[in-house]
Amino acid sequence: MKIIVPVKEVAALDDEFELADDGSGVDPDSVEWDLNEWDTFSLEAAMQIRESGGEGEVVAISVGDEPAEEGLRSALARGADRAIRIWDDALAEADALAVARALAAAIEPESPDLVLCGVQSSDAVNSATGIALAGYLGLPHVAVVKKIELDGGSATVERELEGGLVELVRVGLPALLTIQTGINEPRYATLRAIKQAREKPLEVRSLADLGLDAGAVQAATGSHRRRLAHPEKGEGAQMLDGSTAEVAAKIAEIVKERVG
Amino acid sequence: MPGILVIAEARRGELRDVSFELIGAALQLKPQAGGPLSVAIIDGEPATHAAALGSDGVDEVLAVRSPVGEFEPHVAQRAVEELIAQEHPSVVLALHSIDALGFAPAVAAAGALGFASDVIALRWEGGPVATRGAYGDKLSAEYDFPGKDCTLLLLRVGIFEPAAPGSGGAAVREVEIDGLTDAARTEHLDYREVQETDVDITKADFLLSIGRGVEDKDNIERFEELAEKLGATLSVSRPLVDAGWMPSARQVGQSGKTVKPRVYLAMGISGAVQHLAGMRAAETIIAVNTDPEAPIFGVAHYGAVKDMFELADELEQALS
Repeated sequence: MKIIVPVKEVAALDDEFELADDGSGVDPDSVEWDLNEWDTFSLEAAMQIRESGGEGEVVAISVGDEPAEEGLRSALARGADRAIRIWDDALAEADALAVARALAAAIEPESPDLVLCGVQSSDAVNSATGIALAGYLGLPHVAVVKKIELDGGSATVERELEGGLVELVRVGLPALLTIQTGINEPRYATLRAIKQAREKPLEVRSLADLGLDAGAVQAATGSHRRRLAHPEKGEGAQMLDGSTAEVAAKIAEIVKERVG
Repeated sequence: MPGILVIAEARRGELRDVSFELIGAALQLKPQAGGPLSVAIIDGEPATHAAALGSDGVDEVLAVRSPVGEFEPHVAQRAVEELIAQEHPSVVLALHSIDALGFAPAVAAAGALGFASDVIALRWEGGPVATRGAYGDKLSAEYDFPGKDCTLLLLRVGIFEPAAPGSGGAAVREVEIDGLTDAARTEHLDYREVQETDVDITKADFLLSIGRGVEDKDNIERFEELAEKLGATLSVSRPLVDAGWMPSARQVGQSGKTVKPRVYLAMGISGAVQHLAGMRAAETIIAVNTDPEAPIFGVAHYGAVKDMFELADELEQALS
């Protein structure tokens, strides 16, 4: 069984981040990078399927510049067999749809049995790349999956709905699933695995390698970011200042007043 | 032809109330974006929902009969693609919900539409301008959709003021969609409720809610004890359930329970969108977090930038 796992190296802002005055971006020094949490679960799901089947291949794939290769190395250290990184300067402003377009061009010739995506990335939170990718690939798809049971040519999966409701659904393979956190317990990469990951194959592909160009990316792009801003906080919280003991006393007082 | 198309949602034969938030947002947009405002419902029995969806200001309800009883993403995808082709709306509004996330991005990809998800504010400047979170809601970002004749927007639940349901005055049109009968590619088997326990966090007046900041399973007992001393019920955010440390019946959030206690004391919870959706209606929200930029301070009434463990010690002192 061949399983493709699209992953993303995500950005988190530290406490001291600075936003450019024109809203064009944030100070790169205040950004910390890491493999997207959701992707550790989709990758683990792929590893477990491959291990239970005894054979097959898990391929991690990502759209990102060279520093973003860390996410793919991390995926390789967690057990993926090989990796593909897609990059072109034309992808610098790519949104979820444009990323899906590029991923689809690289994944289609691989003819996977399963594509497992994280439900969302922790930085952009579009929750859209996976299902857009399924659209481009023409694959049947199920979103927000928290359990997978494979049975020959089909998968029975649990969809996590709102309010604690779960739906059981069957889908034929090949298919694309978006994977929710909590579906499994992602493994940590051992030091030995991290070292071995450096020897695993990692291909870099340009848009031209995929038969795409900047125009195709532009046509697929669904949105244009005008500016970043500090969010309107509404009234926001009234901050309780003072020593921890003083704050605790204030909280105890508020609780007593409101709950009785 | 311009206009706004709203994609309402139903589940297990019931219209989902959040559909009215879409109609509310559409009504706000309509004076500038222009009509008609059409509301589509794709369901096994669409006619049963049609009267309610005809809120004041809705020009037409489009009833699409699904060949399968329950939501099916490929049926929804086919139906919405065809509705867009027939109606030519300039804006399509759907929810940032589990169901819509299962097909709407594929519609946007196939049609090369303008697209944004998790939209928290919407206005019109010659075309739609959408605001959404960035960097996990620490910043917000504004988007426009140049060159797009049709833009599909998924609106965050619980943000837009819902419209009042209609009483049957609006026109209802049954819409036939070619190829819908064999569009389904998944098979619904069953629904299952999350296992209930003896605790019902939705009934508590006072919730002490803990999150990722608790760091270790062994630390949970501390907060169970604190909750008992405070007379609070302990609830948790998603990561503690994902880790298997706490049962899902204790989970507050979109995929857990929606709670409205008198006091919600959140400790070590940063406030992911899905969590906020489950607790923002609490009467008084007190948030304790070491990160002054944590999104939870945006919805809390009182906030404190403190270590949750040190504060827990002091709270016990304050009560004794």
